[in-house]
Amino acid sequence: MATAEVERRRGQLAALSIAAVVIIVGVPLWWKTTETYRAWLPVSQIRELAKLQLQLSADVEVVFTRGTVTPEQQKKVPLTKTQEEDHAVDEGTTLKYRYETKYRTATIMEEDALHKPTAAEADLALHMLSESPCGSLVIYVIPESSSLLPEDVKVYIGQRRTALLRVAAQMRTAKTFEQLLDRLQPHIIQVLRVMSFSRADITAALSDRVRFHPGSKESVADSMRAFKSSPGYEITFSLLNPDPKSHRLHWDIEGAAQTYIQPLLMKMSPVANFSIDSQTLHYAMLGVNPRYDSSRSAYMLNADSLAHVINPVEARLGSNAASSNPVLNFLLYVPDSHHSPLYIQDHHKQEVPSNAFHSPRWGGIMVYNVDSSYGPEAEFPVDININMAKVMGVFLAQLRLLLGVQSSPPPPGFLVAPCGGTGLADWELDRLMWSRSVENIATATTTITSLAQLLDQIGNIVINDNIAEQVSNAVTSLQLAVAELDAGNLGFALQFSKEAILASEKAFFDPSLLHLLYFPDDQKFAIYIPLFLPMCVPILLSLLKIASEARQKRREKQAKKD
Amino acid sequence: MAAYRCLRCAWLLLVFISSWYVVVSGEETTQGDDRVSVADNPQIAADTAEQPSEERRWEATQVDKAVPDDAAAAAHKQDFPVPDSVLTPTPQFKDTFKEELVIRPLHSGDIYASFQFRTVWETDFTRGSKVSHYRLFPKSLGQVISKFSVQELHISFTQGYWRTMQWGQPYHPSPPGAELWVWFQDTVTDVDATWKELTNVLSGIFCASLNFIDSTNTVRPSASFKPLGIANGTDHRFLRYATLPREIVCTENLTPWKKLLPCGSKAGLAVLLKSEKLFHSSFHSQAVHIRPVCQDPQCKTMSLELRQTLNVVFDLHTSGQGKREWSLFKMFSRTLTEACPLAASSKIYIDITDNPQEEQFEVSPATPLLSQAVVLGDRRTFSVYDLTQQVTFGTVRSLNVLIRWKSTEGDMLRPLLHAERYVAGYGLQTGEIHTLMYNNHPFRSFPVLLLDSVPWYLRLYVHTLTVTSKGKDNKPSYIHYEPSKDRVRPHLLEMLVQLPPHSVTEITVQFERALLKWTEYTPDPNHGFYVGSSVISALVPSTVAINTNITEEQPLFSTFFPCKEESSYFVRVYTEPLLVNLPTPDFSMPYNVICLTCTVVAVGYGSLYNLLTRSFQIEEPNPGLAKRIANIIRKMRGVPPL
Repeated sequence: MATAEVERRRGQLAALSIAAVVIIVGVPLWWKTTETYRAWLPVSQIRELAKLQLQLSADVEVVFTRGTVTPEQQKKVPLTKTQEEDHAVDEGTTLKYRYETKYRTATIMEEDALHKPTAAEADLALHMLSESPCGSLVIYVIPESSSLLPEDVKVYIGQRRTALLRVAAQMRTAKTFEQLLDRLQPHIIQVLRVMSFSRADITAALSDRVRFHPGSKESVADSMRAFKSSPGYEITFSLLNPDPKSHRLHWDIEGAAQTYIQPLLMKMSPVANFSIDSQTLHYAMLGVNPRYDSSRSAYMLNADSLAHVINPVEARLGSNAASSNPVLNFLLYVPDSHHSPLYIQDHHKQEVPSNAFHSPRWGGIMVYNVDSSYGPEAEFPVDININMAKVMGVFLAQLRLLLGVQSSPPPPGFLVAPCGGTGLADWELDRLMWSRSVENIATATTTITSLAQLLDQIGNIVINDNIAEQVSNAVTSLQLAVAELDAGNLGFALQFSKEAILASEKAFFDPSLLHLLYFPDDQKFAIYIPLFLPMCVPILLSLLKIASEARQKRREKQAKKD
Repeated sequence: MAAYRCLRCAWLLLVFISSWYVVVSGEETTQGDDRVSVADNPQIAADTAEQPSEERRWEATQVDKAVPDDAAAAAHKQDFPVPDSVLTPTPQFKDTFKEELVIRPLHSGDIYASFQFRTVWETDFTRGSKVSHYRLFPKSLGQVISKFSVQELHISFTQGYWRTMQWGQPYHPSPPGAELWVWFQDTVTDVDATWKELTNVLSGIFCASLNFIDSTNTVRPSASFKPLGIANGTDHRFLRYATLPREIVCTENLTPWKKLLPCGSKAGLAVLLKSEKLFHSSFHSQAVHIRPVCQDPQCKTMSLELRQTLNVVFDLHTSGQGKREWSLFKMFSRTLTEACPLAASSKIYIDITDNPQEEQFEVSPATPLLSQAVVLGDRRTFSVYDLTQQVTFGTVRSLNVLIRWKSTEGDMLRPLLHAERYVAGYGLQTGEIHTLMYNNHPFRSFPVLLLDSVPWYLRLYVHTLTVTSKGKDNKPSYIHYEPSKDRVRPHLLEMLVQLPPHSVTEITVQFERALLKWTEYTPDPNHGFYVGSSVISALVPSTVAINTNITEEQPLFSTFFPCKEESSYFVRVYTEPLLVNLPTPDFSMPYNVICLTCTVVAVGYGSLYNLLTRSFQIEEPNPGLAKRIANIIRKMRGVPPL
C-alpha cells in the first residue's frame, strides 16, 4: 500500500512539473516567436493632439494720422492691447483668435505717403516705406476730410497688407482715447474679418474634421468649391476640338500660361507647388446634344444637363502619369460647325455672359464659339487663332475660385483694390495661408489619430521602425505648426503643417502595414491544434485529477478532525 | 499570373479598407471627427468616389472683368485689342502625323497587315528643358519621358509567334509576350530606381503587368541593343532590357494604345482597329517606339519621334471560310471612308512584287499609283492608295480593298536568316538549351549577335557552351557573360558568331534546375516556367543598294531601323520562348508536414507522459477465453474450476 502511495505521489509530481515546464518555458517561447513587431508610437501625444486646440495670433498695427486724434488723446499712444475671441467649433475642436493690436501715430513719411492723390498710389507708397511680415496687418486711420477715398467709402483695402479706415463723424465726439478706441473697435474688427481669418473661413477649413451643419445652401457651396489642401496641384488645360475636319485651331497656350497664370502661381508658391500642362483632344464630343433655340438661332446647353457633358470627355483627359497630386482641369470647347453658336443657359434660362461653367473641386469648362469668324462659303478646314486673353480671363477667375482665393463679397462701404498683375493681393494670400494651415493641421491630426486607433485595435499589424519614425515626425511637425500659429509666424506654421501632412499620409498609406494584416484565426488554429490539443489535454486532465484528489483529501482530513 | 496577383492585391486592399472601416465606424459613436465621417457628406463622397457627376454642382462662372484686363494690360499691351478670331497669319505647327497600312499577301495564303502611325515633334526633350504643352503627341507619354529622362523607349506586346520560315521577315520584329527596352539620358543618376518607377508607370498606362519587371528579369546588353535614334553615347549602363514572355495581350492593352493616337479610333486608318477581329488572328503585335531623330541631313534640329505600330496576321482557315479572298471588310469588319484630318499623309500599300502580271492574285479597286521601296534588303513594288485624295474613295465614298487569289502556286524566297531554339534532356535535374541559327545565303557569311537572358533558376554551366557549324567548332569572336545571382539577377550571355554561308550553327549550353522556395512558384507551377526569346541581331548582306539617307521621304515601314551601309541591312530575329518544367512540390506539403510532425511529437509525448505520471500495479492476469469456457462447463458439471 505504501509503495502504491509513493508511486501515486511521484506521478502527481511528474504531472505538476511537466505542467510547470510547459507554462514557464513553453508559453513564453511560443509567445515570443509568434509575436508581431510593433514599434513604439507616441500614443499619449497623439491623444493630446486629437483634441485640437488652436490659437491663431495676428499682429495688427493701428496708425492714427494727423487730425484723427486730439493732442490730449495722443499722449496715450503708443499703446499695445491684446484681444481674444473664443470659437468652439465642437467639443473636440476649439479655436482661439488673438489679435495683438498696437496703436501708434503716423510718422512723417507715412503722412507724406497718405497725401498722394489716389488711394492706390498711397497704398504703393506705404508699401515702399515698410514691408509688413506675412500674416500681419496695418490699418491707417485717416481723417474724415481726407480726399483719398470717394464719398461713400468707409474702408479701402489695398493690394498689400494695408487698409485705410476713415473715421466717421461720431468718433470725433469721443473725449478720451479709450472712448475713441471703443468706437473704432467694431470697424477694426470688420476690417480684420475681411483681410485676415474669419470664422466662416476657419469652419470651412475644418469641414473634414467637424460634421457640417449646413446653415445655408450658399455657404455649403462656397466651402465645397475649393480644392482640398494638397502639397501640389497639376493644372491641365485641354482644348477640345470635336471637328478637326472643319476647324484647325491654334492656341498659344504656352505664352498665355506664362502671361496670365504664372504670376498668380508664383505668388502662391508658398502654399503649394503647381505645374501647368496642356493638350489638344480631337474628336472629343460632349455627352449631351445641345438643343436648338430658333428664337435666338443658337444652340443652347441647359444648366441641368451640364453634369452629363463631361463624362465622355473625362475618360480621355487622362491623369498625370508622373505625379499623384490633384488635377485641376480647364477645358476649352470649340463646338463643331453644325452646332454653332453654342451658349450655356443658367437655371433662370438666361445666357451666361462668360459662356463658362465650373464644377467644384474638378475644374472649369468654357465654350468658345468660332462660327462668327468665317462666312458660310468658307473653305474647310478653317484656320482659327484663339483669343487667349478672353479665354484666360475666364480660366483665371475659375482658378482663383477653385484654389479658394475668392471669398464672400466685402461688406458695404468697403472698397477692395483690384488685385493687379499677379491676380492676388498679399492679404488674400495671407487669408489662404491661415485657412490652409488650419486645414492641414486638422487633416494631419485626424490621419494620425485614426492611424493610432487602427493600430491599437488590430493587433496583427506590424509597425515598422519606418512607420514609427514617420508618425513621430508628423507629431513633431504638428506640435511645431501649432506653436508657430500660436506665435503668429504664419509662414513657418504653413511649412510645418505641410510636413505634418506628408509624414502622416506616408505613415497611413505605408504598404508594410498590410503584410500580416490578414492572418485569419481559423488558419492559426488549424496549425496549432495538431500539436497543442494532444499535449494540453493530458496535462489538463491530470491537473484536474490532482485538484480533485487534493480536495477529497482535505475533506477527509476535515472529517477526521470532526 | 498578373491578374491573379492583382486580384489578390485588390482583395487585400479591400479587406484592409473594410476592416479599417469597421474599426473606425465602431468608434464613430464616440468620436465624430473620424476620417470616415467624410463619407457621410454626400458632396465629398461624390467627388472622391467618382460617382456620375449628377452629384456635382455646376455653377456659372462670373468673370471679374478687372482681372484679365489688368493682367493682360500689364504684360501684353501691344496685343490689345486682339480680334476675336484671327484667320491669318497662321503659326506653323511643329508636329506632324502620318499614318500608313501595309498589306502583304503571304505565300501560305495568310495575310499580313502592318499599321504604322508616326508623330514627329520638333522639340527638345533633353537638356532638362520642361515641355508641357502637347498637341498631337500624347500627353501621358510625354510626361513619362520628361519625368524619367528617357532617351529612347521601345515597348511591344505580342500574342503569337512570328513564323519566319513561312511568312518571311516582319517589318517590326517582336518576341512573344511583352518586351521593353529603354535608353536613359546620361543625366540619370540612379538608373535602377528610375527603371523600376518607369515600369510601374508604363504598366498603368498600357494596362499590362509590366510592374513584374524587376532586377531578376532585367539585363543590360552590352552590344545587342544600340540606340535607334540619334544618341551621344552608347554606354550600356543607361540601357535596360526586359521581357515578360508570359504576358497575355488582349483588348485592355489595345484600348490605351489607341488612345495615344491623335484621331483616336474615330477617323483614318485607326477605324479598322476593332478588337474582335484583331485578336481573332494568328499573330498580333502592337508596339510603341519613341526616339529622338534628325529633321535634316545636318541634324541641326532634333525631333522626337513616336511610332505606334500594329502588326497582325490573319489566318486563311479561321476567317477566310476556305475561299482565298481577302478584303478590308473581311479582315476588319470595317471599310475606310476618310483619312485622319490631322494626318499629313495617310496611305495604304499593297505588296504586289510577286505578282507583276496579276497571275497570283488580283487587287481591286485598281490603283494607278505604284511605289517602289527597298525593304529588308529587297526591292519591293507596292500599289498605293492615298486616302487624302477624294478620288481614292470613288463614287461609293468608301474604300474596301479586295485581294482575290488566282493560283496557289509560287514559292517564297527563303529568309536569309532564321533561328529556332528548344530544350533537350530528360528528368528534372539537368537539361540543355539548343539554339539553331540558319544562314541561307548561298555564298556570303555574316556575323550575328546572339543575346540570351536566362532566369536564375536555370543555372547555366558555361563551360559546356559549344558553338558548332558544319560539324566544326566555331569560336565566337566576342563573348560577354554575366553570371546570375540567385533571386537577384538573371544570366546574360552575348556572343558574336560568324555564320558560314549556307549552314546551320548550333549553340548548346547545359543547365541545372534550381529548387525554388515555396512562395516563389507561380499560381500554376505545373504549367512550367518561361524563358524569354533569344535575340539575334545581324547585318545581313543585301542584294540591292539601300538608301541610307533617312531624312528623305520614304514609306514609314522601310525606315524603322537606320542603316549606315548600302550593302547590308539590319535584321532582328527572335526565337521561340522556352517553357521549362521545374521540380514542383506538392503545395499542401507544408501543412501535411506540420500535421505529421505534430502527430509524431504528440504520440511520443503522450506515451512519455503516461510513463511518467501513471502509477503501475501488478494485476491478476485475466484467464483466457478457453479457460473461461472450460470453467463455465466445469461449474455446470459441479467440478471445481481450474
